[in-house]
Amino acid sequence: MSELDWIGAALASARPQVMGALLRYFRDLDQAEEAFQEASLRALKTWPSKGPPRDPAAWLIFVGRNAALDRVRRDQRLRELPPEDQLSDVEDAEADMAERLDNSHYRDDVLRLMFVCCQPELPATQQIALALRIVSGLTVKEIARAFIVSDAAMEQRITRAKRRIAAAGIPYAVPDAAERAERVGAVAAMIYLLFNEGYAASGGEAHIRRPLCEEAIRLARLLLALFPGEPEIMGLLALLLLQDARAAARLDGHGEIILLEDQDRNLWDRDKIAEGLVLVAKAIRHRNAGPYQLQAAIAAAHARAARPEETDWNQIDSLYQMLERLDPSPVVTLNRAVAVSKACGPEAALALIRPLAPKLQGYFHYFGVTGALLMQLGHAEEARIAFDRAIALARTPAEATHIRMHLDRLAVQSRASG
Amino acid sequence: MRYALLCYNSEAMVSHLPKADEEAMMARVRAAEVKISERARIGPSLRLMPTTAATTVKAGDDPLIIDGPYAETKEQLLGFWIIECETHEDAIEAGRLLAREREVGAIEVRPLLAFNPGDDAP
Repeated sequence: MSELDWIGAALASARPQVMGALLRYFRDLDQAEEAFQEASLRALKTWPSKGPPRDPAAWLIFVGRNAALDRVRRDQRLRELPPEDQLSDVEDAEADMAERLDNSHYRDDVLRLMFVCCQPELPATQQIALALRIVSGLTVKEIARAFIVSDAAMEQRITRAKRRIAAAGIPYAVPDAAERAERVGAVAAMIYLLFNEGYAASGGEAHIRRPLCEEAIRLARLLLALFPGEPEIMGLLALLLLQDARAAARLDGHGEIILLEDQDRNLWDRDKIAEGLVLVAKAIRHRNAGPYQLQAAIAAAHARAARPEETDWNQIDSLYQMLERLDPSPVVTLNRAVAVSKACGPEAALALIRPLAPKLQGYFHYFGVTGALLMQLGHAEEARIAFDRAIALARTPAEATHIRMHLDRLAVQSRASG
Repeated sequence: MRYALLCYNSEAMVSHLPKADEEAMMARVRAAEVKISERARIGPSLRLMPTTAATTVKAGDDPLIIDGPYAETKEQLLGFWIIECETHEDAIEAGRLLAREREVGAIEVRPLLAFNPGDDAP
């Protein structure tokens, strides 16, 4: 007998399906959560001796629903039910069992559960916090820790988000194909936000926020398991895996960001890269490119290069061009400029981003990239001005430190030449 | 006699095991392999990527290509070992050694009808 936490794993992995079904029964998030809680407590009492049941989700839905109904009866002082009622209750439960076997139903249940967290009127951080609480089942304490806020503040944030969802109304009708696609898109966007919330962290926070990335990958995997033929969801999971594969290499001992070309590629997670590359290849077969697939393909091009010099910058440039056509944004063009500078030199890259200046006046990376290109061209003074602007716009100490490193390098160069 | 020891478990459940637990389990599997090798020869063993990485090609004149695993099941085939041993009991014992390291899922002990190690088997 092992002492591994199989029961915790069984409860956590069954949670989205169980919560999705309970939400459909009760049409209320709090009631669904209470029922899940009650079912989990009963599972913790009975599973240790017998082991988890063959279908933990079905067990939990059944027990959670009955436990909640019992409570309602108690509350209504209807304890003494005639036996016929009990009988019909059992038949009900069996009918539900059959219904649960229908995968498409369960797919819409889980999608609905994820989708209610993505109400556009909720700020991104609330969407993410709610998904972590409702879908992933993290405790408020765990979520508060990952967001580096107090438990009370997180509790309040989640309560407020739930209230807004209840007020907006949860869609219970089975969605048609267009609605389903829209929901999948909204959920994918929320998962990507969640991942970035964890990935963008640096310094001492990076370690604390890692669970956000892991949870995002888990949710993306769940979404793809529900919609195995969606190339954009393959792209999303691939993108997250390929970026996360670099986690161990992207921060130095002080938590400062190490640029891609300076990373120790031996620290990249080969298993995640292998899986990410498979998913990119699977998505490409559909010949229906989308933003996640293109970003994943760019990450894949980096992952394939054993050394920075082996990077196929021309391919990355053309992928960014496709991304520009699909989803034009000055930030994409800025990223493309980095590829262009590698493929065609800093002059071409600078020509590409110069016109972006008016749109990106408040954007740290614009000045960071401009400074780096000017530095490569030997325009030390102009580079210094761009770097100074970048520092003024840096949002994290790590960003500022990174730019200061460039400035130091400039100072050394000017001393050497002067 | 050769056997395949097929490891079935819920992919989602395994992915929710805490990292330390997963490592502990892998260490115990390694220990079980050592124990198995006292009575059997362990041949190739392998772990499969999650079923989301799978593609299914359906039989037919113009085979249909479908994303995802062939069968949607509660438990998935996660990997397997090939062993060679003297008796059926040795094979069952090998399965038992691997199965006792987990509380859920199962090891299917399946005798091999044919075994071709391949031209450039490592």
